[in-house]
Amino acid sequence: MTTHSEDSATGTPTDSPAGTPAAPPPDAGGFSNDASSNTLGEAFKAYVDRIRGGDMGALPAVLGLVVLFIVFSVLRPDTFTSNLNIANLFVQASAISVLAMGLIPVLLLGDIDLSAGVTGGMAAGFAAVSIDRHGQSWPVAVIIGLAVGALVGLVIGTLVAKLGIPAFVVTLAFFLGLQGVTLKLIGLGGTIPVRDDFLRGITIKSMPVTMGWIVVIVLLAIYGGLLFWRQRQLAAKDLHRPPNSLLLVKFAALCVILLGMTAVLSQNRSRVPTFVIQGIPYAVFLVGALLIFWSFVFGRTPYGRHMYAIGGNTEAARRAGISVDRLRISAFVIASSMAATSGIISASYTGKVSPASGAGNALLYAVGAAVIGGTSLFGGKGLIRDGVIGGLVIATIDNGLGLLNQAAYINYIITGSVLLLAASVDAISRRRRSATGT
Amino acid sequence: MSEPLFELRGVDKSFGAVQVLHGVDFKVYPGQVTALVGDNGAGKSTLVKTMAGIYRADAGEFLFEGKPVHINGPKDSAALGIEVVYQDLALCDNLDIVQNMFLGRETVTGGVLLDELTMEDRARSTLTSLSVRTVKSVRQSVASLSGGQRQTVAIAKAVLWNSRVVLLDEPTAALGVAQTRQVLDLVRRLADQGLGVVLISHNMVDVLEVSDRITALFLGRVAADIKASDTNHSQIVELITAGRSGDIGIPAATAAKSA
Ligand SMILES: Nc1ncnc2c1ncn2[C@@H]1O[C@H](COP(=O)(O)OP(=O)(O)O)[C@@H](O)[C@H]1O
Ligand SMILES: [Mg+2]
Repeated sequence: MTTHSEDSATGTPTDSPAGTPAAPPPDAGGFSNDASSNTLGEAFKAYVDRIRGGDMGALPAVLGLVVLFIVFSVLRPDTFTSNLNIANLFVQASAISVLAMGLIPVLLLGDIDLSAGVTGGMAAGFAAVSIDRHGQSWPVAVIIGLAVGALVGLVIGTLVAKLGIPAFVVTLAFFLGLQGVTLKLIGLGGTIPVRDDFLRGITIKSMPVTMGWIVVIVLLAIYGGLLFWRQRQLAAKDLHRPPNSLLLVKFAALCVILLGMTAVLSQNRSRVPTFVIQGIPYAVFLVGALLIFWSFVFGRTPYGRHMYAIGGNTEAARRAGISVDRLRISAFVIASSMAATSGIISASYTGKVSPASGAGNALLYAVGAAVIGGTSLFGGKGLIRDGVIGGLVIATIDNGLGLLNQAAYINYIITGSVLLLAASVDAISRRRRSATGT
Repeated sequence: MSEPLFELRGVDKSFGAVQVLHGVDFKVYPGQVTALVGDNGAGKSTLVKTMAGIYRADAGEFLFEGKPVHINGPKDSAALGIEVVYQDLALCDNLDIVQNMFLGRETVTGGVLLDELTMEDRARSTLTSLSVRTVKSVRQSVASLSGGQRQTVAIAKAVLWNSRVVLLDEPTAALGVAQTRQVLDLVRRLADQGLGVVLISHNMVDVLEVSDRITALFLGRVAADIKASDTNHSQIVELITAGRSGDIGIPAATAAKSA
């Protein structure tokens, strides 16, 4: 939206229906921008205005990704862009992305969960122990892991919502406390191996190439169909909608990205000639499924709408009859359950769980991912997909720095700086938004 | 004159030891704007919140369309079709106009899916029926609206729900001249659509212009309930500041006692 000065309400010529070039019929009210007279050019101009107004969306993340790819490709031409490394990068990103997607509901409320990383480690620990020491099957182990996660979220959420303890204090306490639980479970210096074929397969196995193509193409077809079916419905009632051309451009871009990814991952990436590794790792599909599910919940259901409302104005949400406490608790349950999922993915990738799993920089990576993707730390603004886009950025940094073989201290400094940079972009764009009222 | 749509009789309300409302009688007529005036602290907001079910009256009767009703919470008043537009508006800046108007009462299809088509359609026709034409898009975020437009959205939200009585607590307090004009026009249109409208305002010119009846509160007591056409600026100011004017108002003794 363009900036609005105070007098726009008084009916300056640009606001009154009669003054706009494409004046709507008199009985249509003054909603001149809702009719789809918008061309691609106008839509682009509106987009530029929005960015100027401080609503950057996923732009910094996408630009960052492009820059990082160029830099690392130049610095490490043979290793960074190899098929094997690209596949690794996607798998690395999946654990970060899942953790980040889970944090977004909490961030939407303006809260934070500092314990999500170690919750994931602990949940994975319980899952691994149930297989390794008690001979359980993988489905039981996964259910145990998720239940542990959900329980942690329930306790944290209740303490925050009902007792009113600030989330960062509660979750900082859990950050320490849960590491103790994991340490007790596994033992100092110990590790629990993860050997279950299915669990390991999440990250080290890939879908057969033909199958992968079919799944990706079918998903794109369904999404495209829904997109244009909805557009037709909006047009039939003459409601607010983007120009068809913009929709087409966006959908084409999505097709190019997903089909390109499929093409790269469908090539053989084995370094030994005797066997072949190709196809999309199953972890990528898991991320995709979670992305679709949570995007639906937060974008298309009253529950999701209410979460945004609480993040925007808690008092208004309460007066609208929304049970703020219950929704706040649910956000922490989602974060912790997704953290458990992320912990299981990490365990699948490394083949073990140790007392340090999920400690270290796992959480910082996930928060960084969400913020780089465009989610605000101030609440009320963010999309589930931010976690995936930001997760790719963070994984690329992590992966590229690993290939550069720098001293560990440099990696810490760079990652910390990236998080700070993202938070600064968030804070500055928030100020711009409140200054321009977009 | 028609029957009152909503009527309060002898309402008392105390906060702890402090009695804020003393035997207040208050009537809201359909198709009319009733102005509620009084000095700061006279109890106007308390009265509105009591009608909205946010506070519970200590004593007194409530009648809706002549029948006794009980208002024990916001749900009861909402069920009767009583809507409040709060002084601080209570809009979510990060949501758009449609989303705000339907907040907490979203239309769904298939049990879980937000029915954006129906909601946008209804929001638009409600705004159109109120002749709101200054908003560019019903899908623009509320943060991008001016003060007057925000007030308009808050009022339209109340109308959307087929409300019968709309309570407006100082809707023009923070607005400039032109925006106040807009909101007052809207208030008048609400009444012309047959709703019972209660308007709290400190601006006597506005009150005299837009309202049909005026109820003046003085230290929690009703000083006068008069037709707007039967009074004038200076008389209202006297009622507000002294509780009486000529032969109308609270007896001097009572006024002195409660002061
Ligand atoms: N929640 C409350 N608790 C205690 N006293 C209150 C409360 N709300 C209002 N009051 C008191 O009641 C009196 C009337 O307040 P209010 O209804 O806000 O007046 P008005 O809106 O007419 O300015 C004031 O003296 C105020 O201090
Ligand atoms: Mg007040």
